[in-house]
Amino acid sequence: MSIFINKDTRLLVQGITGGQGRFHTQRMLEYGTNVVGGVTPGKGGMEVLGLPVFNTVAEAKAKTGANASIIYVPPAFAPASILEAIDAGIELVVCITEGIPILDMARIKQYMKGKNTTLIGPNCPGLITPGESLAGILPGYICKKGHVGVISRSGTLTYEAVHQLSQKGIGQSTAVGIGGDPIRGVGFVDVLKRFNEDPETYAVFMIGEIGGTGEEEAAQWIKENMKKPVAAFISGRTAPPGKRMGHAGAIISGGAGTAAGKTAALNACGIPVAETPDKMGETMIEALKKAGIYESCLIAE
Amino acid sequence: MKIHEYQAKQLLASYGIGSPEGYLAENAQEAYEAAVKLGGTCVVKAQIHSGGRGKAGGVKLVKSAQEAKEVSEKLLGSTLVTKQTGPEGKVVNKLFVTAAVDVEKEFYLSLTVDNDGAGLVIIASADGGTEIEEVAEKNPERIIKQPVSVMMGMKDYQIRAVADALGLPNELLKPFNAMMKNMYKLFMEKDCSLIEINPLVITGEGELCVLDAKVTFDDNAMFRHPDMALLRDIAEENPKEVEASKYDLNYIQLEGNIGCMVNGAGLAMATMDIIQSCGGRPANFLDVGGGATAEKVAGAFEILLSDSNVKAIMVNIFGGIMKCDIIAEGIVEAAKKLGVKVPLVVRLEGTNANLGKEILDKSGLDIISAGDIAEAARLSVARV
Repeated sequence: MSIFINKDTRLLVQGITGGQGRFHTQRMLEYGTNVVGGVTPGKGGMEVLGLPVFNTVAEAKAKTGANASIIYVPPAFAPASILEAIDAGIELVVCITEGIPILDMARIKQYMKGKNTTLIGPNCPGLITPGESLAGILPGYICKKGHVGVISRSGTLTYEAVHQLSQKGIGQSTAVGIGGDPIRGVGFVDVLKRFNEDPETYAVFMIGEIGGTGEEEAAQWIKENMKKPVAAFISGRTAPPGKRMGHAGAIISGGAGTAAGKTAALNACGIPVAETPDKMGETMIEALKKAGIYESCLIAE
Repeated sequence: MKIHEYQAKQLLASYGIGSPEGYLAENAQEAYEAAVKLGGTCVVKAQIHSGGRGKAGGVKLVKSAQEAKEVSEKLLGSTLVTKQTGPEGKVVNKLFVTAAVDVEKEFYLSLTVDNDGAGLVIIASADGGTEIEEVAEKNPERIIKQPVSVMMGMKDYQIRAVADALGLPNELLKPFNAMMKNMYKLFMEKDCSLIEINPLVITGEGELCVLDAKVTFDDNAMFRHPDMALLRDIAEENPKEVEASKYDLNYIQLEGNIGCMVNGAGLAMATMDIIQSCGGRPANFLDVGGGATAEKVAGAFEILLSDSNVKAIMVNIFGGIMKCDIIAEGIVEAAKKLGVKVPLVVRLEGTNANLGKEILDKSGLDIISAGDIAEAARLSVARV
């Protein structure tokens, strides 16, 4: 088991004929992801990497039985791609695109209420269930199959965390990048809920950063509901206030959203926070040992 | 993207939200002429991209055109240090000369994106004139928040609720309603991220009046607003950040002396953090992004090399889509062009890391190689 994706996930690629779409489709196929086709309006009937291309998501879903889709479409057109996937009834939509206008995301977020689609991203690296399925741009070879779930607002910092865990013999159930935008699909709590219910996930590592209140809400939720140990890291301790640190959502405004505040909120709910980014793996392992599940999280060689 | 007060007021006026008569002045003579038009008594306001200008001495009430000229001579070219500018301050290049208004009561009013509710939110307070952060800290109960759906639009009852909470008299309800509706229209049509009127005042004549205004736009949406992009004032931005933006890089100058080049915003912040925890100070935040070319990397590296504050450079790359050999090529290209006069610590991990290390080895550059993020930070701090 895992969350969101596994070997049975049937993935569509929206924007498969573009440079990014084609490049990452190739990589996902190499990883073993069950990519069933692609969508590019006006290119229906073509074949890319041996996969059929369709004009619409609805047609692609009907013909391939896809239940998930990943979006590599430029920011001006990505909002419409997300809506198309929602309207076609795709269960899981992963949007990699960076730079979508915030009002477009606000409209999508309201439109999605009550619908059956789960959205991951935008502005995210996607997700991976090691050994089964990669839906995104993460480097698959650093991931090892195992029992620690990873949730992160950052791409490369996720790689850093996963790499440290793998090096120390700790595998991952699923690693999910939720993205760096202020308005996004799933948040920390949504993913924590899934990990909490997933029998194969024994513990969770969470990577937050400055800006917003997602980490604080997650801390409270964990304290009240989480049955599994959680450890965390928050980046941006040295970030100056009022400056957007690369991610649209990474900004300290009016004294709120600081790394110190988030760390304190997590600690207050009993969640250990790694002091520095090189200690992410170590902090997780200490939490596993404290919970008495370290051995069961080690990768069987 | 930020714009000046005078531009914000012009934009608001084009949406039917007027403010007192005023004129832009780029020299003292223009300020003099503006003051004459306004009848002598007027307000001279420094135009910089920062709040807190009044407290920093950037807003002056003058009694004559001659005084307007004298005040302008002092203000133009001076550096204003406000709570928001940082200690280096901002140089005043433009003034807005505007009619003085008889103020009866001041309010705070803004419209912004509500990230949690995924719509907009009206924020208002009867404690106008001061920064809203200050009100939030001292009297949080005096802040009014009214969410607005981006699907349904702003409704009359929502505006009434705000007006009542502010204690506006009934006769101002109609103009306030019109103002809020126009603010919403501007926000949605131009992809704003903030419209702030602070203070909004009731004048001695009992009318609503916009005394100061701030409008910022969503950077992600600028591609569909070429007209608004023209309002950008590059003189207000850090020259290195402007240079970096040409290469489409995320760069922010900081006060330390260790230049950093990293891929990914989260890892870039974490790199700054670990430098600090090792006792050093980062000179910048720099995210080269995921799909960078060797040329873009070279551009980024040149910005670091040309920064005289930089006494050591730490390159921290975890390749995913970003290939380490591309990073190495970019570094070598820039180093050949400008020469590297400071210690250069490089940590390459992930996609094509070995290929990247090989390119650096063969280049003959004097590179200190680090095995992980902690070692890279320690070595960088030690070499400063």
